[in-house]
Amino acid sequence: MAPSAPPGVGLLKGLGVTIKHLFQRPSTLMYPYERDELAPRTRGVIALMDENCTVCMLCSRECPDWCIYIESHKETVPPAKEGGRARTRNVLDRFAIDFSLCMYCGICIEVCPFDALWWSPEFEYSEYHMDGLLHEKEKLREWADTVPPPPPLEEGAVPPAEVSDAIAKVEKERELAAAKALEAKQAAAAPEKPAGDGAKKAQAAEPEVHVKAGEIDQETFDRLIAEGKSERMARSKAKAAYVKKEKARLKAEAEAAGAGQAEAAAPAAAPKAAEVTVEAGEIDQETFDRLIAEGKPERMARAKAKAAYVKKEKARLRAEAESDTGEGTGADEPAEVPSELGASPEAAEEALEARKLGDVQVEGAGEIDQEVFDQLIAEGKSERIARAKAKAAWVKKRKQAMLDEEDGA
Amino acid sequence: MMLLVTSGVAPYLAQAESILDVGETFIIPLLLKLVFVLGLFFVVPLVAGYLEHKVMGRMQHRRGPVEAGPFGTLQLVADGIKFIQKEDLIPSAADKWVFAIAPGVALVPAMLVFLVLPLGPGVFALDLELGLFYVLAASSVSVLGVLMGGWASANKFSLFGGLRAGGQLIAYELPLILAAIAVAVQAGTLSLVGIVEAQAEFMLFGSGINLWYVIPQVLGFAIFFVAALAELSRPPFDMPIGDSELVFGYMTEYSGIKYAMYMLTEYAGMVTMSGLMVVLYLGGWQLLPGVPMPGCEGAGGLFDCDAVGTLLSVVVTFGKILALVFVMVWLRVAYPRLREDQLQRIAWLVMVPLALLNLAVVTIAKVVY
Repeated sequence: MAPSAPPGVGLLKGLGVTIKHLFQRPSTLMYPYERDELAPRTRGVIALMDENCTVCMLCSRECPDWCIYIESHKETVPPAKEGGRARTRNVLDRFAIDFSLCMYCGICIEVCPFDALWWSPEFEYSEYHMDGLLHEKEKLREWADTVPPPPPLEEGAVPPAEVSDAIAKVEKERELAAAKALEAKQAAAAPEKPAGDGAKKAQAAEPEVHVKAGEIDQETFDRLIAEGKSERMARSKAKAAYVKKEKARLKAEAEAAGAGQAEAAAPAAAPKAAEVTVEAGEIDQETFDRLIAEGKPERMARAKAKAAYVKKEKARLRAEAESDTGEGTGADEPAEVPSELGASPEAAEEALEARKLGDVQVEGAGEIDQEVFDQLIAEGKSERIARAKAKAAWVKKRKQAMLDEEDGA
Repeated sequence: MMLLVTSGVAPYLAQAESILDVGETFIIPLLLKLVFVLGLFFVVPLVAGYLEHKVMGRMQHRRGPVEAGPFGTLQLVADGIKFIQKEDLIPSAADKWVFAIAPGVALVPAMLVFLVLPLGPGVFALDLELGLFYVLAASSVSVLGVLMGGWASANKFSLFGGLRAGGQLIAYELPLILAAIAVAVQAGTLSLVGIVEAQAEFMLFGSGINLWYVIPQVLGFAIFFVAALAELSRPPFDMPIGDSELVFGYMTEYSGIKYAMYMLTEYAGMVTMSGLMVVLYLGGWQLLPGVPMPGCEGAGGLFDCDAVGTLLSVVVTFGKILALVFVMVWLRVAYPRLREDQLQRIAWLVMVPLALLNLAVVTIAKVVY
C-alpha cells in the first residue's frame, strides 16, 4: 500500500481486482476438445527422415543423454561406370530415440549435417510404462510427415541460396548465349567478306558490325531497367534485342530482294542468332504450373520455368535451322557458300569456348620453362617449387601460343 | 449424542417446536432429525466446496471443475469416492489410536452444530434455550481434534501446524464469543430461534423501522466474521496449514478417508459459521428487514408458516449462507497469508479490545434503552 493511501484502501483494491476477474471469460482452453495452434517451431518430438541419414553418428555422439541408438552395416555398391571402383555405403538398420531419457535439447537436430532429424510439433505420445517411450525409426519416420513447412521468409529477406543460385544460373546462361551469338555473327560476317561478291551481302554484314559498336535497343533497355534489372544485364539484353530486330529487318529486305545467295546466307545465320533472342520475361507456363503444384516457391518456379523456356526455344530454333539448311543444300545452289557459313560460326564458337575455359590441350607433360626455372633457383627457391612453377609457366606459354595461332587463322 | 441431548438435557429444551416432531412416538422424530442433520452435514458442505472451486477458478481465470457431472457439480463426490479408495497410511512412529481418532474428534463437533441451526420456521432439529452457548462450546471442541492430529503424527510439521492451530483457535475464540455475547445481550436470549425472532421485532429507537443486528452491531459483525475465518483456518488465516511453510500443517501425514474428514470439517465449519452469522446478524430467514415472509404469521411475520412460506424461508437462509461462503472464498483469493506473529498481534491487540468495546456499547445501550 502506498504510504499516502488511507488504511484499508489496498485491501479493497485487492477485492476489486478479484471480483472483476470473476466476471471475465476464463482463459482455459478445453484441451482434448479444443486444440491450440502450436508455434511452427514447437519442440514436440524428434522426427527422423531415415532416407537422409548416412549413419554418420554425429547425433548419437553429441546427445548429452546418450539416448539415440544407431545400428548399421556396410554395403558394397557396384561401380556406376564400367571399370570403375566399387564403393561402400552405410545402411541404417536401427535408429531409436529413448524419449524417457531425452531432455529435448535439440542438439541432435542441430548437428545433423543431412537434415535427417527434425522437430515435430506432435506431443501426444505419453505411455503408461517407460519402456514404451523408446521409439524405433518406423515411428520416428511417421513423425517426420508431421513436420510443418518452414515459415515464409520475411518481406525483403535474402532469398535462400538454392533459389538465388538457380536465378543466377539462368541469367548467366543467357548472357553467355548473348555473347556467343555476337561472336557467331562476327564469325559469320568475317568469312563472308572475303567470299563476298554481291552488294547485298555487304549490306547484310554492315549493320551487324554496327551493332558490335554498342548499339542497343533503347526500348528493351528502358523496360529492363524499369523491371529493376542491373544496368549491365539490361544493356546486354538490349543489344541482343537490337541484333534481333536488325536481323529481322535484313531478312525482310533480303527476301524482298529475292537474291538466291543472300537468301541462303541470312536464314543460316539467323537461327544461331535466334538463340539469343529469347524474350526476357518469357517463361514456360507448363513447367511453372507443375513446379507451383509441387509446392515450390514462386520465385524458384519462375526461374526454372524461364530456363525451361530458353531450352525449348533453342531446341526449336535449332530444329528449324537444320531444316532450313537442308532445304538450302537441296536447292542445288553453290554448295560451298552455305556449308562454309554453316561451319565457320561453329568453329568460332569453339575457339571462343576454348579461350574462355583455357582448355587448350598441351603435350609434353614433363617440359619446363628453363628461363623461369633458372630465375627461381637464383632467387633461392627450392628446386621442387621452381620446377613446378616452371612447368606451369611452360604450359601457360604454350597455351598462349596456340590461342594466338588460332586467332591468326 | 442426539439421544443424550433430547432426553438427558430436557430442562434446556426450548419453546419452539420443530416441524420434525411428528406423531406421539419417540423414535420417528428421532430418525427424522438424524436424517435431517446428517443430510445437511453431508450435502451443504459439498455445495459450499463446489462454490469455492468454481469461484476460485473464475477469479483466477480458470473454469474450475467441468468434467464430473453437469458443470462439474459432482467433483467433490468423485473426490470423496477417491479418498475412500486410497490407502489409509499411518506413520510407524505415530500414536496410532490418537492419530486415528483425531479426524473424528474434529468432525463430530462440526456436525453437532447443525443440530440447532435454524434454517426456517420450524426447520431445525432442536431449539435449545442455550443454543448460542451450545454452538460456541461444540465448535470449540474441534481444536482438540486438530491438536491431537498434529501431535499424534510424529512429524514436526504436523506438530507445528497443530500448535499454531491451538494458539490461533484460542486467540480468536475470545473475540468471537465476545461478539456473540453482545448479540445475546441485545436479543435477551441464547436461543437461536429466539434471536431471529428478536431481530424481526427489533425497531430502530423510537421508530417503526425494523433493523437486523448487523446495523447496530456492524463492528461486532466484522469481528465475528474475521474471527470465524481464523477459527476455520481459512486464508488469510491459514497458518496452521501453511502449505508453503509447513507442508500441510496438522494434515501432513493424513491421507484417504481421514484426510477427507478434515476437509469435510473445514467446509462444514464454513457453512455452520455462515449459518450462525445469518442467525445472529442477518435476520435469519427474513428476506429483508421489515418484510414478512408470505404465508407466515406470528412474530415479525416469520412464524406459523404454511408449506410455501417454510420453503421460501429455507431458500432465503441458504442464499444468505452461500453469500457469506462466497465472501470467504473471495477473501481467500484476494489476500495472502498473514505471518504468525501478525495473527496473534491482531487477535490480542485489535480484535479483543474492539470486541470488549462493542460489548460495552451494546450493554449500555440496552440498559439505557
